[in-house]
Amino acid sequence: MDSPVELRGITFAYGEGELRKAVLRDVDLTVAPGEIVLLTGPSGSGKTTLLTLIGALRAMQEGSARVLGQELNGANEATRVRLRRNIGFIFQSHNLLGFLTARQNVAMALEQDAALAERQRLDRAAALLGQVGLSEHLDKLPAQLSGGQRQRVSVARALAAEPGLVLADEPTAALDKASGHEVVMLLRDLAKSRGVPILLVTHDPRILDIADRVVAMEDGRIVGASAERNAAR
Amino acid sequence: MSASVTLAARRAPGPVAAGLLALRLAWRQLWSEKARLASAIAGVMFACVLVFMQLGFRAALFDSATAVIGAMRGDLFLMHPLTTASFRPEPMPRARAWQVLALPEVERAVPIYLAQATWRNPEDGTRRSIQLIGVEADAGVLDFPGLAPILDRLKRADTIAFDRRSRPEFGAVARLLEERGPFEVQVGNRDMEVVGLIEIGPSFGADGNIVLSDVNFRRVVKERQVSAIDLVAIRLRPGADVLDVQRRLRDLLPPDAMVLTQAQLHAHERGYWEEATPIGFIFSFGSLMGLVVGMVIVYQILFSDIAGHLKEYATLKALGYSNLYLSQVVLGAALILAVTGFVPGMLVSALLYDVVGSATYLPLSMDVARASSVFAMIFTMCAVAGLLAMRKLRDANPADMF
Repeated sequence: MDSPVELRGITFAYGEGELRKAVLRDVDLTVAPGEIVLLTGPSGSGKTTLLTLIGALRAMQEGSARVLGQELNGANEATRVRLRRNIGFIFQSHNLLGFLTARQNVAMALEQDAALAERQRLDRAAALLGQVGLSEHLDKLPAQLSGGQRQRVSVARALAAEPGLVLADEPTAALDKASGHEVVMLLRDLAKSRGVPILLVTHDPRILDIADRVVAMEDGRIVGASAERNAAR
Repeated sequence: MSASVTLAARRAPGPVAAGLLALRLAWRQLWSEKARLASAIAGVMFACVLVFMQLGFRAALFDSATAVIGAMRGDLFLMHPLTTASFRPEPMPRARAWQVLALPEVERAVPIYLAQATWRNPEDGTRRSIQLIGVEADAGVLDFPGLAPILDRLKRADTIAFDRRSRPEFGAVARLLEERGPFEVQVGNRDMEVVGLIEIGPSFGADGNIVLSDVNFRRVVKERQVSAIDLVAIRLRPGADVLDVQRRLRDLLPPDAMVLTQAQLHAHERGYWEEATPIGFIFSFGSLMGLVVGMVIVYQILFSDIAGHLKEYATLKALGYSNLYLSQVVLGAALILAVTGFVPGMLVSALLYDVVGSATYLPLSMDVARASSVFAMIFTMCAVAGLLAMRKLRDANPADMF
């Protein structure tokens, strides 16, 4: 079985000439199918940049990145846009569209798929929101939901289009301990039941227990990995 | 490779479906901020009303400026090439009117005399210039409302028909005629009898008009040589080829007579007012200003919508929405504003046309041609504003979302 994410020798720098600042140096990383990988490390260690490269949100510089079977080095904008439709993103803040209801927000992730009719999109969105425990709040605007509820909507949105990979960046940063934990547990359960791999960047030590593997980064390099952390415990 | 790690072969929606989804998203976004939407619609409406009024005034002024020429009926006309506008005609020899009879297709050629004379107000005795239109009474060349029933009276010596829409400074001729019946007024240095009323309307060239027979015209304008005429209306026999006759007449006549079709005559008169006076420019400029103001308003609204939702737009990009789709959202918003602003704008303008038209006697009316051209302008205005605002979309970078 091919790995959903295979990185070889990723090097990335911001700026030009003397201002050039390397943020990733020769990074190798593989995510196995269905695996939940946590990426930790101090600020500026390059983990977020790595996530944007894998998510095809940024053009590559050096190295090779195969994501869901697509080589990203040299991929054009159209290819990257197409790839993004198969990746679920969860952001630090919920980034829901304020003028759409929870259900419409989730359905937005499905509007790229011509196979679904409006009714099916809304039904699937409602079903997903039910799975994250929000069936009472389908038609509420994000402003009417609590922080934890909003992040649960974005979990539903990330999984709506049946992605091959979920990328999350500090999904608990804006949440208190209880709701943060609830959100990542939901995310883990939903991903596990679908066999979707997750790559999650976090500072938050409270959520390390959901990971299959924790990868630590420092200064643009991967410095240590605790394989099968859960199994070891 | 298993299905879970390969790119699912998803079919993206077709251009129409994607366009409709983008339009719906644009509408939802506009609708979510109703105060902002209302101000945007009001801005478009304002531009719309401004353009409608300017174009309406422009057309009405041109229509009234060309009312005299516009009412002349004939297949072909002769005019001196130096005549720039009918209120300042260059005379040509009357012989030209007889020369055209050389062609068998010509049924009739009617000389028309145009001049301005002094009119003495029958109420207070003040004097003012008035336009005279002299033509053989039953030649059928003039088509002014009210003229047909009084043609016989105009054949009598020293009679005139007065334009009831002339400016009030000429005196309340219509009321006097109703009270006293036909009465005498002084035109030039001659007493003429007002025997009826017609409708022409004032123009830039003349504040009032009189129609009279060619014989009576010569009695009023004594200094005019009988043989010097200003315009010739030519009627052709049924079935004659107007353009062919026009070409042959051009060969036949000396260069002091231009041969024009009725449409060309109207265009010549209108061209004078459009090009040789600032009237056309003033109203075109007014319309343009309305469009610029409207565009700035729409641009402001769309720009602040994008700027205020940059995170959302970036999120949509991360969800796999292309730049093209987001551009469609912005253009969709522009289209919605164009339509929702145009419809009330047109209704208000139609109402204003009625009010202003009845107050000024200007022939203002809403017609399909003008409505569609104004809609095209308003739509272009909104689209340009949308295209300008779209540049802000580049700032929505999904990589900055993390």
